[in-house]
Order: sequence, then structure tokens, then C-alpha cells
Amino acid sequence: MDLQALTAKAQSDIEAADNLDALDQIRVSYLGKKGELTSLLKTLGTLPAEERKSAGQDINRAKQDVQQAIEARKLSLQAAALEAKLASERIDVTLPGRGQSAGGLHPVTRTMQRIEDLFSQLGFAVEQGPEIEDDYHNFEALNIPAHHPARAMHDTFYFDAQTLLRTHTSPVQVRHMETDKPPLRIIAPGRVYRCDSDLTHTPMFHQIEGLLVDRNVSFSDLMGTLADFLKHFFENDDLQTRFRPSYFPFTEPSSEVDIQCVMCGGEGCRVCGHTGWLEILGCGMVHPNVFKAVGIDNEEYTGYAFGMGVERLAMLRYGVNDLRLFFENDLKFLQQFA
Amino acid sequence: MKISEQWLRTWVNPSISTEEMVEQLTMAGLEVEGTEPAAGEFTDVVVANVESVEKHPDADKLSVCQVTDGNETLQIVCGADNVRAGLSVALARVGAVLPGNFNIKPAKLRGVASAGMLCSEKELGLAEQSDGIMELPADAPVGTNLRDYLELDDTIIEIDLTPNRGDCLSVAGIARELGSLNQCDVTEEVHDPYTQKINDTFEVNIEAPEACSHYAGRVLRDVDVNAPTPVWMIERLRRSGIRSLGAVVDITNYVMIELGQPMHAFDLDQLDGRIRVRYAKESETITLLDGKSIDLDQNTLVIADNSRPLALAGIMGGENSGVNDQTRSIFLESAYFAQEVIAGKARGYGLHTDSSHRFERGVDPQLQVHAIDRATELILEICGGEVGPVTDVTTKAHPQDRHPIDLRYERINRVLGIQLEQDEIIDILERLGMEVKSFKDHWMVKPPSFRFDIEIEADLLEELVRIHGYNNIPRTQPKYHAAMREMSEHQQPLTRLRKSLVDRGYFEAITYSFVDPKWQAILDPDNAAVKLSNPLSSEMSVMRTTIWPGLLQAVRHNLNRQQNRVRLFETGQVFLQGDTEMAQIDRISGAICGLINDEQWAESSRAVDFYDLKADVESLFGAEAEIEYRAEAHPALHPGQSAALYNNGKAIGWMGALHPQAVTELDLSNTVYIFELDLEAVCQSHLPSFRPLSKFPEVRRDLAILIDENVSAQSIEDCIRDSTSKILQEVRLFDIYTGKGVDKGLKSVAFGLILQDFSRTLTDLDIDSEIESVVNALNQNFAATLRE
Repeated sequence: MDLQALTAKAQSDIEAADNLDALDQIRVSYLGKKGELTSLLKTLGTLPAEERKSAGQDINRAKQDVQQAIEARKLSLQAAALEAKLASERIDVTLPGRGQSAGGLHPVTRTMQRIEDLFSQLGFAVEQGPEIEDDYHNFEALNIPAHHPARAMHDTFYFDAQTLLRTHTSPVQVRHMETDKPPLRIIAPGRVYRCDSDLTHTPMFHQIEGLLVDRNVSFSDLMGTLADFLKHFFENDDLQTRFRPSYFPFTEPSSEVDIQCVMCGGEGCRVCGHTGWLEILGCGMVHPNVFKAVGIDNEEYTGYAFGMGVERLAMLRYGVNDLRLFFENDLKFLQQFA
Repeated sequence: MKISEQWLRTWVNPSISTEEMVEQLTMAGLEVEGTEPAAGEFTDVVVANVESVEKHPDADKLSVCQVTDGNETLQIVCGADNVRAGLSVALARVGAVLPGNFNIKPAKLRGVASAGMLCSEKELGLAEQSDGIMELPADAPVGTNLRDYLELDDTIIEIDLTPNRGDCLSVAGIARELGSLNQCDVTEEVHDPYTQKINDTFEVNIEAPEACSHYAGRVLRDVDVNAPTPVWMIERLRRSGIRSLGAVVDITNYVMIELGQPMHAFDLDQLDGRIRVRYAKESETITLLDGKSIDLDQNTLVIADNSRPLALAGIMGGENSGVNDQTRSIFLESAYFAQEVIAGKARGYGLHTDSSHRFERGVDPQLQVHAIDRATELILEICGGEVGPVTDVTTKAHPQDRHPIDLRYERINRVLGIQLEQDEIIDILERLGMEVKSFKDHWMVKPPSFRFDIEIEADLLEELVRIHGYNNIPRTQPKYHAAMREMSEHQQPLTRLRKSLVDRGYFEAITYSFVDPKWQAILDPDNAAVKLSNPLSSEMSVMRTTIWPGLLQAVRHNLNRQQNRVRLFETGQVFLQGDTEMAQIDRISGAICGLINDEQWAESSRAVDFYDLKADVESLFGAEAEIEYRAEAHPALHPGQSAALYNNGKAIGWMGALHPQAVTELDLSNTVYIFELDLEAVCQSHLPSFRPLSKFPEVRRDLAILIDENVSAQSIEDCIRDSTSKILQEVRLFDIYTGKGVDKGLKSVAFGLILQDFSRTLTDLDIDSEIESVVNALNQNFAATLRE
């Protein structure tokens, strides 16, 4: 067979190879030690000397062409093989993943953490206190002496005459001021207890207390801090707030803070009793008698304090309409805050 | 407190609307809870007179009445028992519209025509409940529109007063506030003066001079106690939520609402000898006006005569000494009782009266004689009679003229953060009835007698900002020195622990800290729980000593609601009674139950077990923590599946399967695995400390041994570690097997030993000698043999 016919046959064999093994056999049969093209080189010696050079060049060129054709075919076969493999490995990516699914935090904790995070930006540290308290820290030191009418509003759980479940987180301020020196900046989240249970009251709930004592803290600073906090908590820069004179024995001046109703935007609805306002927290300047009880000089320092109900904030923030759900711990409820 | 706007406006009449007044009061700290009209909406109801009453021919309960409205006589069918000839009534004529848009039309009742309706208080929106039709005074002018006659176009304002504002528990008090806020005059209603005609007095002895520092009393004779209370007074009292109970009692109530001074009227003929204001004696009792009999304690102040206690001072009168139908002579009491003596007393006896409410909050010490004069005026006007002089006893303890309070200009800005003009400061204080003396940079301010809530400078600051308006001051941010706080890296924060459990599929629960003593006893019988003295219910009567009762109750709640997979955790305090002190310890607790994963397509699900829980517990601790799990028994846990956790030899908590007995007793439908750890111990963490990395390859050798099945994995690992040199890096236990091919009583344990040196590549000789010493040690300690 002449060189041209041989090359053409090789090219058509390569084209016909449908897998890598077959292609390799073709390579061996043409280019291997005993391959047909290799064998042609061995016949060069039989040619006249003047033809040998060009014949040799022709054969080598033919070998190169065949080699290239094999390489090209190999790449295309490899690509096809990969494609086939990938096709066979196709899965349904819409099936759910395997293993443990995530749980979630209780909405009260979630709300408390949010409040903690906001105040920690202002340098407030988180403090804790005992839940079984003594009368002194829960009442006396907070300027609520025995038989003060304000006590009647506290519906206190007692163990004995001097021991009770704290009715608010305010005793944490007293304890902190007893042990630490100003300047002070704390918030105290925690459980509080009142002997009351109906649609809108649970005998246990959560409060967050805040206290700032420094050399130049004023009532207008308190208003600024809380208005700012409420805007950030509700992620609403336009949230309207109003401060209303009120009375807490441990602060003076005292104030209730109302926010524009987050349900109706202040238009008036069932949630806000058609007033457009929601009472959201209580606050005031630390009463001189409280400073006196803990030995802080009221001439040198002033301070503000505030307290808020966590469940109420959580209800408004997440639209929960039944307080009692917070303590049933029904997974269908908890899962909504994951 | 409820008051009539109309009444209020006879005292002070600023040119503002009802809505503005409500807003103004609320924003001045006198929170208006709500307003309501003094009557329902109705038209064309007139005063009429019943001329005759006959029985309805065909209905037992109906009467056929002839009623005149002044113009004509109408036939009205009425079902009320109290209808009678001569009675003045409220007549809704044909065409009238009653509350609820109820149109009055000509009607036939059982065949008899009726040209209108005789109305009850309830039907006119004047009362929640009423018996029969409304009875008007005999002198009510027939034909007059009822709305005009009773002046019903009025608003009732309900104010929720804070305990410091006892001075506002009266029309006079609210009027004073409105006068200050609107800068307008406040005028008291003036009535006819009277003359004292008799000299009768009744002796008053104050035997508790601190508790009752002022007592004004007066004798009135020939009083017609059965005279009708005028309709204007009944209406004003009704709008304050007080029922008419007879002229004299109505008058004392009226003066209390008008001026804020609680009063009491005794039947003089029932009093023995004299009035003694004293503390109750041992085992004395009294029957109160409401018929309730109480045993008095010796801290209770009473008004007594020579023979018995007559009244609970400042709280309520007694049954047998008050005014009754037969009374002709009255002894009026208007006294000042110290706040702290009355405070809490009423509540102690399960009482709460308008009188105790006011004395607990404080009554104006200057008011007693004025109030008794006012009541005298009204009694003479309404009931007639003869008046004796006032017996006015004052003790040394009576609050004297107020001391002036120093108000410093500098403090106003310092505390409030505002700059007030001097003129405004003086103006505000004077409007509030204070006497102000100006000095260079301060003022001396004397509050009026009724403002006993104002004692110190801070009280004045509050008044300044209250009247200036809270919302008229700038809102600023506090300026303070920035300072960083301690932040220990030897502690892991609670947020990290919570997140770890949440990532492992737990939901956080929050359960009550007071629990059912039965659950408590099952889950922690060794610790006595502290009892509440006034629990809401027995199911919430003891303080938890472990979080388990609440958490397991939450588990049960969910199991009962078709949840087949429950994973809950909670953090919080538990309460342990020590010998002297109560320990309040923070714990973290968890419970898992049911399937390990949500049901899904890839793997068949299985029930959770001890080791699932253990992995969750292990995830809480820092990587370097050395926690020991000892097989110990806990009364609430399965004896074969419970572990006590120790950290450096200190017990820090428990984990395990809930005891099958407890599962049954607590009515749980499934096995629950639970843990509880001291939070402080879990939060402890190590500061990471770098160890160099070896450049030489590590080698692994696997061994399988046969060993007594009771030898714990921990003992095997400890033995291996004790028997090897420092080239042992890790022991990986990868198989435990009992059953076919392993003799009974033995188990096969397979583990991999990871060996590595820091200075050289290990040789076969090194490795073999290490393995040999491990095998020997296991053999010596546990008679373990290599598995063939």
C-alpha cells in the first residue's frame, strides 16, 4: 500500500474509533514499534539513495498527521466520556438536605438580645440579679416604704415577710450601685413576677432595666436615648414618641413613654385603644432617696433609669396577639421565630 | 376617679374643648383613662306624672297608666312593679328615640294601646342596671325635657391618678390643676351661710395624737334625715360612680368628691359619752356598715365611744352608730389621719373604700374645718336642723406650715437639661399655689398644704418640667467618657451556648420558675423546694430546684400535639435552700425525645438515644474542657443510662434517660433524654495556647481487643494513655462489638492509635514497642487479649 492510501486508512480508522481503548489499538497498529507506518521507515533502506531523504520526510509527516488525528480524537472521546459520566450522575437538587435542621431562640430571648445589642453600642454592660429578692432591694431602697400605695400595684409573691419574688428588675440597679462606683451604665434583663394571671397578665414575665449614672446626665439625655432606642428597635426612623409625666417612687421626674402605634401608624386601632399611642416603657431621673440608700452623692452625680416589658415589645415587634403563648412553648409557635 | 366635666367647669372654665382638656390632663401626668357621656343618646323624653294606674285586663304583669306630660294625658302600658299614681316619671313619647336607636311608636300591648314608654335608668343609659322605672323627685317640673332637667349633656372623665397625687382626688384638686395649666381662675361654689343656733357639743378625746392629729366634730339637731337628696346632687354623685344612700350620707360623699375630705356622720343618740380616737384593744371586734364583722388588731386606729369601737378610722363606719331612718341628731366627723397609719390597713381587712384610698394617699391637713362647714351648709339646706359649734381638736403632731424648699437655678439645667427663664420658673411655681422668694441664684419655695408630695428640690424640678411640658424640651444624647469594659476570654458567652443548641435543632423554651410540687418531687426528690406563701395555684406553688419540671411539661405539651420530635432547652435560675441562705444558681437544661431528624427521604429515621444527647452536651463545652462522665445514679434518671458530669473533680450536672417510672408518672408518651448543667461551669473556657506542629508523618495502628464487657471506654482509653509515651497523639475508638464470635461476658473493642514524634520519623521498632506496651497494659489491667 502506498503512503497516501495508508494515511487515509489510518484517518478513517481514527474517526471510527468510539472509545479510548480502540483508539489506543489504532495508535499501536500504525505508530507502534511494529506499526504499519513505523514499518514503512524500515523499508527506506531499499530505496535509492536520492529518494531516501524525501521518502523519509513523507513518512514522518504522515506519522505526525496520524499522531495529531489520534490526539484530537482522544480529546473528543474524553469530553464525550465525561459528559456521559456527568449525565449519569445527575441528581434532584430540589430534594431536602440530610441531617439536623436548625432550631430557634425563644422570641423573648430574641427581643432581649436585640435590646442588649442596641444598648451595648452605647457602652451599657449587662447585669443580673437574684429573682428571690429581699424586701429592702425590691422596695425599701427604691423609695417604696412599707404600706406605700405603690406596693398595692405590685401584686407581690411572698415567701415570708422579708423575702419575695422580685416584682421588677429595678433591684438590680440598687445592687449594682451598692457594689460599683459611678460612672455606671448597665442594663439588666430578667424574669419578674406578679401575682396576677388573666388574658393580658402572666404571673411571670420579663423586664429590661437600664441605669446610667454619671456627672452630667439630664432628663433631656434620657429622652434622647430612649427616643433613639425605640427608633432603632422598631427600625423606623420616623417613629414618633411622646413623654408623659408619671410617677415611680424611685425616679423623679418620672415619665411614661408612648410610641406612635406600630399597628396602625397612629391612625387609631383596637391595639392602641383608638388613641394612636402605645405605652411602651417607664423612665425617670434616679430619685435622690435611691442615691442616698446606696451612698452615691446626688450633688456630684445624676442618673437616669428606665424599665420596659420585654413581652410587650416582642408582641408589638412580631405581631403576637396572645401573651400566654410565650409560656406554652408550643413548637408551632417557637418555630415562627427560628 | 370619675368626675363630671360640668361640675368641674363650675370650678374652673378654661376655653378649651373636652378633647383638649383630656389631652391636657393626660400630658400633665393625670392620665385620663377614658371619657363617657353622662347618659345615653336619646331625644324627646320628658318629665311626666302618673295620674292613675289600673291593672291590664289580659296581663298580670302589665299596668295601664294615665300619664300627663303637662299638655295632655296619655295612656301608657307599663310593666314595672314600682309604677304608681302620683309618681314623677321619665316618659318617652311617640317619636322619641332611645339609646341603641330605639324608636318609640304607638303600640298595642295585649290589646291595649300605649302612646309611649315609661323609662328606667338602664334604658336611658344612666346606669348599667336598674330595678323598675326611674323615679323622679315629686317636684320635678312636668313637661320639661329630661336632658335639660338632669343636665345630661355632660361628659364623665375618668382619671387614673398616680399614688403621689392624692391632692387631685377631688373636683377641687383637678380644678386647681386645670387652673394652673390654663392660667385661669378657680372658684369654689358658694352656698348660703348659716348661723349657729345651739351650743351642743360632744367631747372628743384623741388618745393617739400621732395617728390622728386633727379632729373636727359638730353636733346637728333636728335633722330630717329622710329629706330627699336633690336631683343635682344625685346626678353629680352618679357621675362619680356613687349611689345615693340618703341625704346625709350623700352629703358627706359629695363633700369628699368636691373637696377631697372623707367624712363620717354618726347618729348622736347611739354614742356613749364621748368620742375616743384610739388604737383597737386586744380581741375587739366591729361590725361595719356593709354588715361585715371583723376582728381588730392592735395596730388599727378606731373611732370609739366610752363603750365600743364605732368606726375603722379613715376606712369605714360601723353598722350600729351610723345615720339611719330614725336619726334626729347627728355628730359629723371631719378628721386628719396620718397616711402611714391608714396605709395598708384597709387592704389588710380586705377592704378598699373611697375614704381609705384618700387617706392612704394623703389628705390636705388644712381642710377639715372647711369641709365640715361645707357639709353643714348642705345639711341645713337639704335636711334642715340646728347647728352647734365645731369641736376642733389639734395635737402637736399636726403638720405645721410647710418649710420652704431650696431650689437652685444651676440644678434645673443640670438635672433637666433645659434652660428655663427665671420668669417662667416663678410663674410655674406660683400657678401651682407655691410661695416663691427669689434670691440671687436660687429660690425658697413653699408649697401649699395640699401638695404633701412636694418635699425636696427634685419634687420642684419635676413640677417645673411637668408644667413646661415634657415634649417641649430638647432630646439630647448623654456625653460621657468612653471606656472599654473587661472581656474575658476564659469565658464563653451564653449566646454561644444557645447558638450551639439552636444549630443542633433545639428550640428555646421559657417556663415558669414556680412549678407543681408533684413534678418537682418526682424529678428532684432530694432537694426540698421553697414554697410561695401566696401562690396563684397549687400547680405553681414551689420554686424549681431544677429546670426539668417546666421543660418536661413543655415536652408533654408538644407530644400531646402530635409532635414526633421534640428538642427543647432552657436557661435560668433554680432555687436551692441551703442551711442559711438560698442559693440561686443559673443552669442550662435540655430535653430530646422522638426522632433524631425530621422524617425525610434519604435515610430512615430512628429514635434518639443517650449518645445523641451526649454529643449535644459535648458541643457546649470548649474544645479543651476535660469533662468526666461518671456512671452514677440519679432518682429521676434510668439507673443504667445516667451520667454525672464532673469538671476537675467538681460535680457540674447530670444527663441521661428519664427514669421509666417518671415517664409513666408524668404521663409522657415517649422516652425523654435530659440534661442539666451549672451554667457557670459550662461557660468556663480555656485561653487557647499554641503547640508547635510536627514536621514528621503520623502513623496509625489499629488494634482490636477482647475485654470484659463491663470495662468502660474511658478506662480503656486511660489505660492506653498511661501505658504509652508522648508519641501517642490520639486514641480513636471506632468499633464495639458483642455477639457471635465473641464469648459471653466479653466485648470486642477496636481502636486506632495515632502516633507521631516531633523530632524524627517513627521507625517500625518504635511503633511495635509502643503497641506492645499498650497490649501488655490492657492485659495486665483488664485481662484483655488481642482479637485474632
